[in-house]
Amino acid sequence: MSTLLEVRNLVKTYGEGEGEAETRVLKGLNLTLATGELSALLGPSGSGKSTLLSILGTLMQPTSGEHVMLGQDLTRAGDRDLTEFRNRHIGFVFQFHHLLPDFTALENVIFPAAVQAGRETAAARARGRELLVRVGLESRMDFLATKLSGGQKQRVAIARALMNQPELVLADEPTGNLDRASATQVMALIAEINQNEKTTFLISTHDEKIAETCRRRIRVADGKAE
Amino acid sequence: MLYGFKIALRYLTASKTQTGLLIAGVGVGVFVFVFMSALIGGLAVFLVQRTVGNIAHVTIEEPARDPISLLPQSAGALVVEQRATSQRTQLRTADAFLPLIDAMPGVAATSPQIVGNGFLVRGLITAPVGVTGVETAKVSAIADIGKALVDGSTDLGNASIIIGSTLAGDLGIGVGQVVRLQSDRGVERSLVVSGIFELGVDALDARAAFVSLSSARTLFDLPQGISRIEVKLDDLNQAEAYAARIAAETGLEATPWTAGNAQLLDGLRAQASSGNLIKAFALVTIIIGVASALLLSTYRRRPEIGIMRAMGAGRGFVIFVFVTQGALIGILGGLIGAGIGYAALSPFPVPELAPPGGLPVDVRQGAYGLAISLTAIGAILASILPARAAARVDPVSVIGQ
Repeated sequence: MSTLLEVRNLVKTYGEGEGEAETRVLKGLNLTLATGELSALLGPSGSGKSTLLSILGTLMQPTSGEHVMLGQDLTRAGDRDLTEFRNRHIGFVFQFHHLLPDFTALENVIFPAAVQAGRETAAARARGRELLVRVGLESRMDFLATKLSGGQKQRVAIARALMNQPELVLADEPTGNLDRASATQVMALIAEINQNEKTTFLISTHDEKIAETCRRRIRVADGKAE
Repeated sequence: MLYGFKIALRYLTASKTQTGLLIAGVGVGVFVFVFMSALIGGLAVFLVQRTVGNIAHVTIEEPARDPISLLPQSAGALVVEQRATSQRTQLRTADAFLPLIDAMPGVAATSPQIVGNGFLVRGLITAPVGVTGVETAKVSAIADIGKALVDGSTDLGNASIIIGSTLAGDLGIGVGQVVRLQSDRGVERSLVVSGIFELGVDALDARAAFVSLSSARTLFDLPQGISRIEVKLDDLNQAEAYAARIAAETGLEATPWTAGNAQLLDGLRAQASSGNLIKAFALVTIIIGVASALLLSTYRRRPEIGIMRAMGAGRGFVIFVFVTQGALIGILGGLIGAGIGYAALSPFPVPELAPPGGLPVDVRQGAYGLAISLTAIGAILASILPARAAARVDPVSVIGQ
């Protein structure tokens, strides 16, 4: 399998130059993800999992180190380039789903494509519908996000993450807010998409049972990956 | 950016009550703007109409001749001749200029006149009077004598006179009665009072009298020429421009009504300034209202903005969404406020027809387009600060909230 992304000597320090006490969260972390991997990111609270996901998702710049994805050095890219890169190549699933409450399930799903195109195209709507059918929400397409259950919202969030056919999906505790049955459904869905589309998933979780469903487990401890 | 427009519209319609109140607030501000424009404009029309409506907008006279220098200026001494008073200034070439002035677009009427002073005598009562000789068909060309008539008619024959109501009262005469007019040239004629007018201007009602042009020629011993030409314009605000044009084209002295009414103009300017200040406050209120509401919305939607940014929405997209909200609020509020303003002002008569004591608002001067445009621009400017704040939202810090 080819390398999708690689980070080397990644350091992230909070409070640097801001007159606050400096906190070094990532201390020279190295990590490589191959295309099509389904990996779990494990580690205690405060170990730097969320910081790592934010950097890998181009939502945050590291203090130092290298971050290369799809052959592009993202460490020195500007906000505009990072935003466009994120839109095209990275999907996100958050613990609290974070759907846009005033929009329907379908509108939420096609948001990344509509932002890219500047309008809601017929092709985007067709793919949005297809994704919602795939996550089992064909009967909820036109429901406002606020009218969906927790599990349904998370499935909409997964569909949204897949909208632009990203190479990498970063999931931060995607089952953390779900009951066991919903969590199992969501993980089965992720495994199926990973298997069928070779989309790379990196799933941050505290749940060992969830981690066991992933083929690779990466532990972050003391700011480094093991 | 069509998609940004959709998001902006969705945000506005998602909070209908809040948006409705915000648009209503903007609408009230625009209504105040429109009402003040109509009131200040209407007051100006009303005042000018009442004070200037019955006088000439431009008066054309023969220019006063400069005293003649008897020595060349280089002689080191100036000797001048005192202005002659033995000869009256008169327009000898009026017939040549009248068709030219009459043909000017914007000239409503012209009235060649012979003016002079005299005394009206009835029995033992004598009253000073300013006499204006006018063409019989143009009695109401400048001052609307016909409309101001309280008795009789405006028909002027060679032996009739129209006088003001105060003067008639002082002399104790009415329509059909005879009065003697002694001119300052020593000519005396008996004239029948054919009409009595009341313009509401005491100087005119107590001292003005109108006779026919031919009577005036006899009374003031002026077989040829006239004293002046009075011009009435469609738009009295153009008087200065027309006076300059007439002077340039005829070589005569043309004086606009503004030259003799500086205090009125100062008052109107002060009134307009006060109105502009109130309108500016209304605009500032709109801007503050829109800015604070959108700032609140920005704060409330921080997690959503963070998600949009995480999903690949650029800062420009976020700014567009919030600026569009401001623009929509401004345009809608502007349209509603201007519409209500127009509807509220429409029942009022125009200032020219306003009854005494009535509110002289002028529906034509509501400045509706300006109000809507300024409100839209103001709302857009007001939304820039919240929009920039929204664009600066750090997705990482708000996604966890």
